[in-house]
Amino acid sequence: MATHEHAPVGGRLVTAPFIFLFVIVFAAAVILTQRFVFGLGGVTHLSDGYPWGIWIAIDLIIGTALGCGGLVVALLVYIVNQGEYHPLARAALMTSLFGYTMGAIAVMIDLGRWWLGYNIMLPWLWNTNSVLLETALCIFLYIIVLIIEFGPTFFERLGLKESRRRLHRVMFVFTALGVLLPMMHQSSMGTVVILLGYKLSPLWQSQLLTVNFLFTAFTMGFAIVAFESTLSSVALKRPFETRLLSRLCYIMMWVLIIFLGVRFIDLLRLGAWPLAFRMDVQAISFWVEYLSGIAAIALLWQERNRMHPRYIFLGASAMLLNGFMYRLNCYLIGYDPGHGWSYYPSTGEIIVTLGIFAIQIMLYLVFVKQLPVLHAVRKA
Amino acid sequence: MSINRRQFLRGVAATGASAAAVAATPEEAAAALQREPRGRAPEALGLLYDSTLCVGCKACVAACKSANGKPREISADQSDWNAGTWDSAKTLSAKTYNIIMVYQNGTMAAKDAETDGFAFIKRQCLHCVDPSCISCCPVSAMQKDPVTGIVSNDPNRCIGCRYCVYACPFQVPKFEFEGAFGRISKCELCRHRLAKGELPGCVDSCPTGATLFGRVADLRTEAHRRITLKPGDTYAYPRGDISGKYGEHREPHEKVITAAYREEVYGETVLGGTQALYLSAVSFDKLGLPYGPNIPTSGYASQTEGIQHFLYTGMIAPAAALTGLILLARRNVDKHHSEADEDAADSQGGSHGNA
Ligand code: SF4
Ligand code: SF4
Ligand code: SF4
Repeated sequence: MATHEHAPVGGRLVTAPFIFLFVIVFAAAVILTQRFVFGLGGVTHLSDGYPWGIWIAIDLIIGTALGCGGLVVALLVYIVNQGEYHPLARAALMTSLFGYTMGAIAVMIDLGRWWLGYNIMLPWLWNTNSVLLETALCIFLYIIVLIIEFGPTFFERLGLKESRRRLHRVMFVFTALGVLLPMMHQSSMGTVVILLGYKLSPLWQSQLLTVNFLFTAFTMGFAIVAFESTLSSVALKRPFETRLLSRLCYIMMWVLIIFLGVRFIDLLRLGAWPLAFRMDVQAISFWVEYLSGIAAIALLWQERNRMHPRYIFLGASAMLLNGFMYRLNCYLIGYDPGHGWSYYPSTGEIIVTLGIFAIQIMLYLVFVKQLPVLHAVRKA
Repeated sequence: MSINRRQFLRGVAATGASAAAVAATPEEAAAALQREPRGRAPEALGLLYDSTLCVGCKACVAACKSANGKPREISADQSDWNAGTWDSAKTLSAKTYNIIMVYQNGTMAAKDAETDGFAFIKRQCLHCVDPSCISCCPVSAMQKDPVTGIVSNDPNRCIGCRYCVYACPFQVPKFEFEGAFGRISKCELCRHRLAKGELPGCVDSCPTGATLFGRVADLRTEAHRRITLKPGDTYAYPRGDISGKYGEHREPHEKVITAAYREEVYGETVLGGTQALYLSAVSFDKLGLPYGPNIPTSGYASQTEGIQHFLYTGMIAPAAALTGLILLARRNVDKHHSEADEDAADSQGGSHGNA
């Protein structure tokens, strides 16, 4: 089973793109200093009408969906017993670790009273009816689980064979938790916006939000694995993992078809379709979301296309866009508090969001070059 | 072993069918997942605001500020003419817990007329019976008093996540975005004054009785009495505390009814009910309150909590799911890794650092 071997990619760390990413992260750090000195109002366009901006909607809600690669691959490898996806598992776990950690950091940056943030860890203050509490605790626990799941990679690198073996013996417990926790967290992020009631447009407001967030967690989790795998094959000059990805594409295409079907029927049930033809910002945003989903299916429908790295990449990108827009719509664009409030992110907010993603790419590059994350390439 | 194509498609069809089943009976599905709506506390305290009585003097706005130690508010677009003299908040804010707004239409000639008229509306926390802000707060910083039903915020607990600001259907809680150490602020029905036997600032200062304080039960009776009145009738409107317990005694305000009341007391059922009630001659949606066929008669919290309780009560479902996942994972992890382990043992660390 040579495909199960992992090896560091090696190579120079400080490259031109790496420096570019560093500059973004540095700019974000400057903005964050301002944020802590002058308060949220100092750098963001948040208001009493729009108390949650892109730091929540993108960094957290979308960022953790991009961190669902680990969930999707773990589900297939260990639970559905599709062992052939194993070579993708480590890179996917690592992306999840970064996605969730940066999501948690984004929350802490966004907390208006961050110096009391530890309150969420005090069980006697817990409000167990709060969906937000559940999501916070799931994020926290899942990050711990991900670190443990990633343990063998460190142990391998450090040559700690005995520790690796011992950890391996109990790994199945963490694998199971690593599937359950993100599913709880992702679905609850849908429940969070059900509470918005009439303030969320009927194009998105639905009892099925809980389920729909699970669908998009799967599609986005998969898409990021395919996206990343293809990109890193090009960037790090490695062979494409086409055979594995194409089978995953097939499954995920069907998940997406069900998701779009559920959305279609749900909007019929709620009588919300006419809103999609009003051609306001919400309607346009809806169509970007829905049509990118259809585009993903069209791109991946033919088996011939699913064998082709370019179609896999395009299909995965369209799938990402679909989930990205769905979640952005649910948290920001579909939300209207009335009374003339409006929101557009400030430059500072955008820079911090870019920084959150830039740091993840930097970490990815450091990790795959230094640690046995990607599966080893057979030398001829 | 790979997923057989036909098996997989069958799974897809089953999922699709169950989604369709949900779609067929949305009401049942919603009701099945709904948490029991909360009931009113019998001794709950609240306000009755009668828009037809209000003269828009804003004495209540000023009194609210002094009762809560809040500064004047001057909007940025007024700074060239308003040097700080006029408190001119346009909406509720972290500095303004109570505000009078005005509905205007056409020539604005007649008070309390929907067309070519105007009407006042007072906004503050409605102290909901089943509040979204209570349900959503992760650290129990929002508290509803079990006796008075007053909803308050504890800044020593609040982490500033602002979910309550995002979720409140009446746009009430506000966060101080300016400054590094902001807090959530909102009307707490002047509970610090009630503790001293005094009336809430807005009620204390209201000359007309448009803002009346009392037990919600008494206020509802009073409100229902008023909606039976006809234009031309004379009515003695009580002022201050309807039961006379809080604040000093005041004479009622006698007034001839000029505009017909809408035959509905706002706040009795909307979103599960509120402790601040409204009477008006113009439609409540014109006054900017959530009103209409798309606004349910139960709180949104009963929906989200219903879903949460369905999934997580006693953590039984997650525990069962975890057990299943552990069993599957144990079987499959062993299988995949025994091979890798053998490889590792054989090769004693290959050239790729594969220990
Ligand atoms: S009006 Fe808003 S802040 Fe006041 S109790 Fe209701 S939900 Fe809470
Ligand atoms: S901002 Fe404070 S009071 Fe509001 S939900 Fe968050 S922790 Fe609770
Ligand atoms: S004090 Fe009374 S009459 Fe004056 S604006 Fe307030 S509610 Fe209206």
